[in-house]
Order: sequence, then structure tokens, then C-alpha cells
Amino acid sequence: MALKMCAVPFAGTAQQQKSLMDVIDKYKDVPGALMPVLQEAQEIYGYLPIEVQSMISDEMNVPLEKIYGIVTFYSQFSLSPKGKYKIAVCLGTACYVKGAGDISKKFQDKLGIKAGDVTPDGKFSIEDCRCIGACGLAPVIMINDDVYGRLNGTDEEVNEILAKY
Amino acid sequence: MFRSHVLVCGGTGCIATGSENIINALNEEIKKAGLENEVGVVRTGCFGLCSLGPVMMVHPEGCFYSAVDVKDIPEIVSEHLLKGRIVERLLYRETVEDGGIKSLNNTAFYKKQFRIALRNCGVINPESIDEYIGVDGYQALGNVLTSMSPEQVIQIVLDSGLRGRGGGGFPTGRKWDLARKLVPDADQKFVCCNADEGDPGAFMDRSILEGDPHALIEAMAIAGYAIGATMGYIYIRAEYPIAVKRLEIAIQQAKDYGLLGEDIFGSGFNFDLEIRLGAGAFVCGEETALMISIEGNRGEPRPRPPFPAEKGLFGKPTILNNVETYANIPQIILKGAEWFTSIGTEKSKGTKVFALGGKINNTGLVEIPMGMSLREVVYEIGGGIPDGKKFKAAQTGGPSGGCISVENLDIPIDYDNLISIGSMMGSGGLIVMDEDNCMVDIAKFFLEFTVDESCGKCTPCRIGTKRLFEMLEDITAGNGTMEDLDEMVELCEYIKNNSLCGLGQTAPNPVLSTYHYFKDEYIQHVRDKKCAAGICTELTQYIISADKCVGCTLCKKVCPVDAIVGEVKQKHVIDQSKCVKCGVCVDACKKFGAITKG
Repeated sequence: MALKMCAVPFAGTAQQQKSLMDVIDKYKDVPGALMPVLQEAQEIYGYLPIEVQSMISDEMNVPLEKIYGIVTFYSQFSLSPKGKYKIAVCLGTACYVKGAGDISKKFQDKLGIKAGDVTPDGKFSIEDCRCIGACGLAPVIMINDDVYGRLNGTDEEVNEILAKY
Repeated sequence: MFRSHVLVCGGTGCIATGSENIINALNEEIKKAGLENEVGVVRTGCFGLCSLGPVMMVHPEGCFYSAVDVKDIPEIVSEHLLKGRIVERLLYRETVEDGGIKSLNNTAFYKKQFRIALRNCGVINPESIDEYIGVDGYQALGNVLTSMSPEQVIQIVLDSGLRGRGGGGFPTGRKWDLARKLVPDADQKFVCCNADEGDPGAFMDRSILEGDPHALIEAMAIAGYAIGATMGYIYIRAEYPIAVKRLEIAIQQAKDYGLLGEDIFGSGFNFDLEIRLGAGAFVCGEETALMISIEGNRGEPRPRPPFPAEKGLFGKPTILNNVETYANIPQIILKGAEWFTSIGTEKSKGTKVFALGGKINNTGLVEIPMGMSLREVVYEIGGGIPDGKKFKAAQTGGPSGGCISVENLDIPIDYDNLISIGSMMGSGGLIVMDEDNCMVDIAKFFLEFTVDESCGKCTPCRIGTKRLFEMLEDITAGNGTMEDLDEMVELCEYIKNNSLCGLGQTAPNPVLSTYHYFKDEYIQHVRDKKCAAGICTELTQYIISADKCVGCTLCKKVCPVDAIVGEVKQKHVIDQSKCVKCGVCVDACKKFGAITKG
């Protein structure tokens, strides 16, 4: 299988690299440290391109293929950058039976991108996500940390939500 | 001392509807009114009535305000908190009685509930260890460490009959007993908590973590003492930021109070806790996969034996229970096994927390004694189905479970009864479906989930679930044959019997159970090429009712593929061969309601 490379060129700063080294240093005596290191690395860079994985591999003395294996296993890790505003449409059961599938499609149509993609200006990305546990408000979406619940998926509603960003 | 307390729900549901802003506004208005020394505002965990959020309770009157808006706050402060006049229009209407208000505990939603695991949710401030101690918190740990042997602790848990609340229902005491005895000379053992609540539609554990995190810490320390472990790990979903934050605060407070760390209660017992964040893999709810993930690897399950009680995390004896199971422990220690066994059914003791969701009026969190019927849960506590629709089925156990149909509405809910009707307790998601839901589509939805979440290690699950999903795709697209249905069942049995872990072994359950109870619907999709609920697009037709159509041409104008024909003031017709079933015509015809899907 070919290595999944990111189309966007890597533009990490020295500052980010220093933060990463600090994180690795913080976890150097912790058993099973790789997961928290990868999680914090994603916080720093916003995603985990192969360049970042290599740095972690070198510094922690873990084979790159093991790191790549982990990064591609867990859905939280991303190999490509996300939009400035990440729209996550909950497709948990409660939301699904209340029509979350249509809501996802509405947002995709409106932004002209498919789930998993980023708008060309890098402003929005959209993804279908697992239950976020706000089932009482189904159907729900999250844009970064803001939750919008009890949606009906009308054009006005979608426009109104997107207009806030 | 405050003369009045305002408890505002700070669960994820209410925060999503704006309870943070309400807390800020309350504090501001209270200050303006000069009441800051008289009225205390407390951010609590989930009250359970998520559909009414944001909610707040004002003590001592016991007024329960629901669906509160920031602009209502000045009125609540000036009228209620200052002048003592209850703001009636904001009261949860169930609590309004002739000439007064009745207690929230006497409303239909709460009356039949019995709260053990959720007892502090919505009652105390989860970020204050003092409030937890004020409701007997850490007393069970104190009793255990100062006056009981580890064997006695295990005996109480065994006698209580407590079974794992995460799905399988394995007796908790037996698990602890094995971990204590199997490897007597182990140099280290671990206590783990599964807070990686991955079942779609389940949020029990999240609410306990958000509303009563100290109960989990106390229970894990008790478990550590019982099995002889000094270290514990809580594996929690990264998607639960509020729960993670409150847990971090709680652990720090427990450390500051000497309730975690070295020589707890001067007993010589040491215990420490660490949080590990999950990274979004459903399979990590499986015990071996969870431990492998904590070790920093791909979370792929391994064959058992050896069981974790013998060889678990980092190769050491380990127990793993979920949040709700632990939340029962301090109460069992304090009130005794006999008290606990007096609640529930013969083989399922105690209570179970369910997350009610889907097509039900009172969506939210409920804790019921085992043995209650689904009818009571749906119609009494849940308030029935919205819009006068008919109950079709309830789904429990998420992607591993199955459906409960109308004919089983009255069986008592417990572990064994649910298994016998082809579903399972699971972690407690209870999704209600009405006549507008297509059961074949629901089965497909769950299979899509398992295909996505299968870790890929064993072939029956990796390839089997994919093939099964494709069969369901064919059926819902009108391309299925009657032979396919037989093959589908055969494949289900094969996946069940041959998969490595629980994910694969239970993945076919949603298909088998919907096929068992709703065979007609499958046959309708295959033979008649129809989806009665109108969910499966390929099998759905949009039809213009000749009686209602006035010939306004609106639908014709919006149709993107020119599938609608008809002149002004003449009846319009949809050319089914051209229609792409986008549904925009239905929206366009809202005024006359002449276009329906069927």
C-alpha cells in the first residue's frame, strides 16, 4: 500500500518543533507514552503529516511504520489539515433516526465538498462523526466546540449557522 | 451559608443549549441585586431531562425551571430570588399543580426511577470534593481501608450480585476475585476503567463522569485495595472534553486530600490514578484492545485466554469495569449487599441507566430498577412517541444489540430476558423508533458502523461484515433476491461463530434481530421493491395527489431534472423514470401538501 501523503506542503515552525520536543520529554518515563504524544502533537500541528511522525519516530526511537500504523488506526488522527472550522455531523443512532443523514448532505451540498474534505479556502471542513453523546438534542452538529442541536435541516437554518463563521 | 441555591445543569446537553451563558447571567444579575451573599449558584451534572434544557432547580422551594433563556434570567432573579415569587411560565409544566408546585421527584419522568449510579448527578457540584464528602463520599473507601480485609470487600461485591454494566453482564465480584487469586505473587496489578463509551446513542458514562466523578475515583481505589493493585488507568473518549476536565479536577482534589496517593487513611494502602484518552476506535471498548491501546499500540484485540485477570495491562493481572459499574460500588459497600439484592430481578440485581433517545418525548437519562417493562420506560417515563405516531421498535445494545418489538413491550428488562429476545443490555442506549423508520435501513446503518470500526485483524469480521453490508445495500436498493435473504442469515451465523472478539461476534445481531421481528419488511424490499417507511430512496416514489394539486407549477419550477409535467392550473404528474428523488418538490409544495413520498 502506498504511503498516504498529504497534498499540502508541510510548514511546521521551529516553535512548533520545540513544543513537540517538550512534549516528548515530558512523557519520556511514562509507559505507553506514544498515544498521548501523538495526541499532543496533533494539538500542536493540527494534523500529523509524515514529517511530524518522522520527528517523533527519531526522538522516541520508535519505528516510523509503527507510528504510521497507529496514526491510521485511530479516527482521531488526521494525515491532512482540517479546515479552520471543523463541522462534525453526528451520525450516532439517535441522530440518525431523526434524519442526520439529510443534515450531513445539506451541509455538504451547501459547501460544495464531500464529508472528509476541506473547502478550497481552508475555512470549513466537514466530517461525519460518531455519537457525541448529546442524544437528547438530536440531530446535532458540532462546529469546533459549539454544539447545534434540534436541527431541521432547512436551507435557512444551514445558511444561518454557516453565516456565524 | 446561602438562603437559596440555584442548581444549573452543566451536562453536555444543557451546555449545548447555553447553560454556561445562563450561569454567567445569573451571577451577574445576582450581584446587581446585591444577593451574592444570600444566593449560591452551583453548576451540577446532568439532571436527565436533556430534552428540556437548559434546566435549573431553585432550592429550598424545589422549583424546576426548564428551557430557560438568558433573557429570562433578570426576571428569575428579581421576581423569584429577590421577591420570592415563582416565575410560573418557566416551570416545567409537569411540576405545576393546582395552587402550587409538586416535587420533581413526583413527575412521571422521575417517579419510577431509582437512582444509585446517578444519585449525585444534578445534586452536587462535581468540581467540589467537599460536596461529594458531604453526601457520604469517600466514606465507603474509609470503611474498607480501616475495617475490612480485601477478601471481605470482594465477598460483598459477590453477594450483591452486581454484573458488569458495560454490556456482557459478567459478575463484577468474580472478576475481582480472579484478579486477586490467579497470580498471587504478581509484583504489580492494575485497575482499569472503561470510559470509552463508543456505542452510538449511549451517554450514561459521560453523565456520571460529568456529574459525579469522585464516585468513580472512590470505587477504583476500593477495587485496587480488593485485588491488590496500586495503580489505575481511566481510558476515556477524547470526544468528552467536559468529562475529562472534571475528572482531572477530581483526581487532583483527591490527591490534595490524601484520598489518592500514599498511605490513604493511614492504612498503608497506596493508590494512584492516571487518565488516558482514547483516539476514536470503537473496538477499544473490547477489554484486550483497550489495554493494548493504553500500552501505546493499535487497539487490536487478542485471543483469550490468557484473560486480563491473569495477564492484562503491561502483562500484569488487571481488572476492567466500566464507569456505571464502578459508580454502584461505594453505595453497595455503605448500604450492604442485602440492600442491593433487594432491588431488581432474580439474576439481575440493582438498577440500570438508560439513555433514552430517538422518537420519544422525554429524551434523556433514566435509571430504573432491573425488571421494569419497556412499556413503562417508553410510555410513562419517556412520555410516549411524539406527534401521535406508533411505536415500532426500541433498539438496545447499539451495534451489538437488537430490536425489541411491540410484542415484547411488557417483558421485564434484565440481562437474560433481553438476550432471550435477541437483543442485549449493552451499555444502555435505548433508541425508540416509530413507523417512519425503516428496519432494513437501521440494520444497514449499524453494519456500516461495524464495517468502519472493524479493526481488520480477523477475516470473518473484516470481510464478513463488509459482504453483509453489501447485501443490505442491495436489498435497500431493490436489487435483492429471496435467495439473498437466506444467504444473509447464513453469513450472519458464520460471522457470529468465527470472529475473534465481541465486536465481530455481535456485529450481525442488528440484522438477525430486525430480520426476526420485521421479516415482512425485508420481503417487501426484496419482492415488492417497496420501502413502506419511505426511507430507502431507490424504493421510494414521490407522488402528486390529484385531489390536492392546484396546478401552481411551483414544483415544476424547482425540479432539477424536469421530471414534473403539467400546465398551469392543470394537475401535475411526476415522471418516475426521470425523478432523482431529491425531495425538493415536497418542500416547494408545503402550502398544498400535495406531494408525498411512499
